[in-house]
Amino acid sequence: MELIGIIIVAIFVNNVVFSQFLGICPFLGVSKKVDTAIGMGAAVMFVLTIATIVTFLLQKGILEPFGLQYLQTITFILVIAALVQMVEIVLKKTSPSLYQALGVFLPLITTNCVILGVAILVIQKDFNLLESTLYAIATAIGYAMALIIFSSVREQMALTSIPRSMRGIPIALITAGIIAMAFMGFSGIDQVFK
Amino acid sequence: MNKHLKVLVNGVIKENPIFVLLLGMCPTLATTSSAINGMSMGLATMFVLICSNAVISLLKNVIPDMVRIPAFIVVIATFVTIIEMMMNAYVPALADSLGIFIPLIVVNCIVLGRAESFASKNSVLSSIFDGVGIGVGFTLALTLLGVSRELLGTGKVFSQTLYPEQYGSLIFVLAPGAFIVLGYLISLFNLLLRKQETN
Repeated sequence: MELIGIIIVAIFVNNVVFSQFLGICPFLGVSKKVDTAIGMGAAVMFVLTIATIVTFLLQKGILEPFGLQYLQTITFILVIAALVQMVEIVLKKTSPSLYQALGVFLPLITTNCVILGVAILVIQKDFNLLESTLYAIATAIGYAMALIIFSSVREQMALTSIPRSMRGIPIALITAGIIAMAFMGFSGIDQVFK
Repeated sequence: MNKHLKVLVNGVIKENPIFVLLLGMCPTLATTSSAINGMSMGLATMFVLICSNAVISLLKNVIPDMVRIPAFIVVIATFVTIIEMMMNAYVPALADSLGIFIPLIVVNCIVLGRAESFASKNSVLSSIFDGVGIGVGFTLALTLLGVSRELLGTGKVFSQTLYPEQYGSLIFVLAPGAFIVLGYLISLFNLLLRKQETN
């Protein structure tokens, strides 16, 4: 029951975009078309899950036993950067079709703060390995969902006339605000799982 | 001196990181629920920006081109760790309310962007001025957003009451308010810039 709670809360209540404000730059950048939004969502899910497991093991296996917690930020960001590169190389060799689909999005992911943010959050929340993995997957699902909802709204927006100074990012932000308001309706359902 | 002043003004207005370049959106939205939080996030980022710009422009001839991005990230992460430890030691309450967004300065595109596009090509002094300019622009934008949200939401500015709290609308302090207020501020900035150009 607690594990289901973690998943539901990460997807809906504390949605990574609409309530935690992580990964906003790619959220605004690649959400003009539904196709690219799906690609980005899948790439984030892939990297986020692997990165969270690796950084978790690194924290518990190396940083904590040797009292090196202050190196957390440097270690995590370097590991994530290296990991993204490695995932790219491995995918290129083993699964060209998946690489074709995710390829363009992978380099963008290093500077996506969702990855580093979740890696640090699971340590702060004191999750175990299973909870961390589930939390990472659920967060990625929440992210993909936010991207897809938002991109379908933006595709419609391209067809309407908008005041000149509001075009582009401003109207996108206001739309995101209204979607965030809708997501606030989910707050409270986490009580059910306690 | 004139050249440095130009770099400085450029960072505040013409290349304002929030309103024009649209970089570093995550901390902008997340930490501006009050004016003081927004300002301290801006100042923390400014510290990292100035220090990393200075060090990277000192090292620009030593770092091989192939590994420059990881090298920049290590330099930036070092200063982020320093500011994180200092904030935890001296202003623990503030560090708590900014939370995860202090370590996330590492992945703030503004810092890496300035390292790549300015500090790795210019002298130490003008890199420092660029850091100050962009940092001030970022801090001003965050403070402005924080002030607007705090005022609309709770009727206060820097915790000084301007009108009774029950007339405020809490939504501006919560997550949706961040998106909406930033959207309107950017469109206002666009409008003012356009007016200035036509004059």
